[in-house]
Amino acid sequence: MLNNFVMPDLYPAAPEIFLLCMACLILLVDLFLGDYQRWVTAMMAQIALVGCAAITWVTADTQVVLTFSNMFVDDLFADFLKLVVYVTVSVVLIYSRGYLQARNLDKGEFYLLVLFATLGMMVMISAAHLLTLYLGLELMSLCLYALVAIDRDSARATEAAMKYFVLGALASGLLLYGMSMVYGATGSLEIGGIAQALHQGAANKTVLVFGLVFLVAGVAFKLGVVPFHMWVPDVYHGAPTAVTLFISTAPKLAAFAMAMRLLVYGLFELAEQWQIMVMIMAVLSIAIGNLAAIAQTNIKRMLAYSGISHMGFLLLALMSGVVGQDRHFALNAYSSALYYAVAYVLMSLASFGTVLLLSRAGYEAENLEDFKGLNRRSPWFAAVMLTVMFSMAGIPFFVGFFAKFSVLLAAVDAGYVGIAVFAVLFSLVGAFYYLRVVKLMYFDPPADTAPIQATTDMRIVLSVNGIAVALFGLFPQAIMAFCTYALLRSL
Amino acid sequence: MMDLKTALFYVFSAITVYAALRVITARNPVHAVLHLVLAFFTTGALWILLQAEFLAIALVMVYVGAVMVLFLFVVMMLDINIERLRKGFWNHLWLGGIIGALMVGEMIAVLSTKYFGLDSMPAQAVAADHSNTKELGRLLFTDYVYPFELASVVLLVAIIAAVVLTMRRRQGVRYLDPARQIAVNHRDRIRVVAMKPERDLPAGEGK
Repeated sequence: MLNNFVMPDLYPAAPEIFLLCMACLILLVDLFLGDYQRWVTAMMAQIALVGCAAITWVTADTQVVLTFSNMFVDDLFADFLKLVVYVTVSVVLIYSRGYLQARNLDKGEFYLLVLFATLGMMVMISAAHLLTLYLGLELMSLCLYALVAIDRDSARATEAAMKYFVLGALASGLLLYGMSMVYGATGSLEIGGIAQALHQGAANKTVLVFGLVFLVAGVAFKLGVVPFHMWVPDVYHGAPTAVTLFISTAPKLAAFAMAMRLLVYGLFELAEQWQIMVMIMAVLSIAIGNLAAIAQTNIKRMLAYSGISHMGFLLLALMSGVVGQDRHFALNAYSSALYYAVAYVLMSLASFGTVLLLSRAGYEAENLEDFKGLNRRSPWFAAVMLTVMFSMAGIPFFVGFFAKFSVLLAAVDAGYVGIAVFAVLFSLVGAFYYLRVVKLMYFDPPADTAPIQATTDMRIVLSVNGIAVALFGLFPQAIMAFCTYALLRSL
Repeated sequence: MMDLKTALFYVFSAITVYAALRVITARNPVHAVLHLVLAFFTTGALWILLQAEFLAIALVMVYVGAVMVLFLFVVMMLDINIERLRKGFWNHLWLGGIIGALMVGEMIAVLSTKYFGLDSMPAQAVAADHSNTKELGRLLFTDYVYPFELASVVLLVAIIAAVVLTMRRRQGVRYLDPARQIAVNHRDRIRVVAMKPERDLPAGEGK
């Protein structure tokens, strides 16, 4: 009975295995550390991420490799996204440290939960099977729920965690229900098998579309797009800023990977059906995200709504892949979506990083007023925030501009001129609240004159992050070309 | 005329649906939990009908035996104010009812026997000595070893999360530390001080 079993090839999954071993090691080592030795945990977490990056870099090749009975896929798309995730998580940990220390939250569990969430994201990015996709999603989500609630004494954080948990469980339920429908219709849980069954036309379309609605709803919740966005502002606002920084960055990449694996790799034949759903969500997200952000006085809520509108732009690229039966635009559209996801994460890191920079013990810089007169307190970090705000608004020659530009180009190519014009108009609305932050920083007298307390490593990384937002906008073609190449090698 | 198996299926299904309805409508949380136990039992019976005896036993043992008993303890220990939770139930019922009815209608329309009927999904014939416990075990540790390991990581995360969310030293709580009580030294408990008498005793009182 066991004769036909072959040992799975562990080589493609080496980064995941390494991260799991390191996380277990950190779990044990941290037990023996006092609070003043927490830097050891932080250092080991960074070593784990650097090790993962090295392994991923070394094992990356242009072949698509499947292992663990076709449940795990290692392709260039996965390698690229994983590398971005490592960098993001590493930067998140550097930004968070001072904030956590000042609030007595600098516990070993924070690093562990972040690392396990990272593992969940890697599993999602490399999922070739609905079961592993779901398990990766749950691994990531459970860590995020716990991270939101990590500040036990904050009633707001507990409420946010409850809300996130209940809505997240509901979304997981929807996703599972959709998966069971797709399984019922195609007879396969493997993403490749689903695509094959669809290609042969053996599957029942009615049941598939029925399941598809639930799948899209589940993905939309994880991306945080309208009408599944209710949790985003409350969770971003309620969670400790360090956790908000984490939630707003790396999990978006994982959710994007999930959308790609499910919709593009699995259900590409149904593109006509899901593109309509995605289009409605994109239009609503861009409109509601930008309009609601204007009314916010809390910068975390403002960035939450801005994130919703950015995710709308991401969907704008996803919906432009197939026109009728013509699939020529697919590669361009999906690579611009990938580029947008990476650009958004880069900008989100810097924006929440600045919020963390201005916070200190007993003081949360979370209102827009707290940014007043930042230029007089620290011209350099005011310039970093200016860069990020310009970039998010889509002002030319920053990374955000080219991300928006390539997405709009893809939409226009696919014939959605009206929607592209609509998106541009709402970007102009969005420019208002981004520029309001710039106005507060440069033209208002400072309300808070305390010197900025931040560690040197955070200052350096935040500066590099700001420079990256500016510089990547100068060489957009190189990154875009790499995104296209990564996708081309993975399809 | 249906055979016994089909009749049993409908009986168990009806009990499951009834029990599930009672879970969400029962006023007393303990009743709700007990109805959930009933729902698990009848679902287990449905699995027995499908000849998935291992899953049925696992469901009863894990859910009824472990999870629900624990749940019952929690429900009994917490003083849940059911009236406060139910406030607004009737106000929101019409909206929830309409959406629920719509969803049920759509599901019936799509998932009727047309697509998931017995003729479109014939049961696979299995040998009489086929052991699905053995088969599950084999699959779990060969083809499904990756999701199996992932599930164990999810459980590890659940433990870490439970510890980080519940274990903390609260300030201002008086408690006895048994270790310190045991380790106490007689010299710490009582200090013998040699001191002079405050005043001389008057004559006749010192007897």
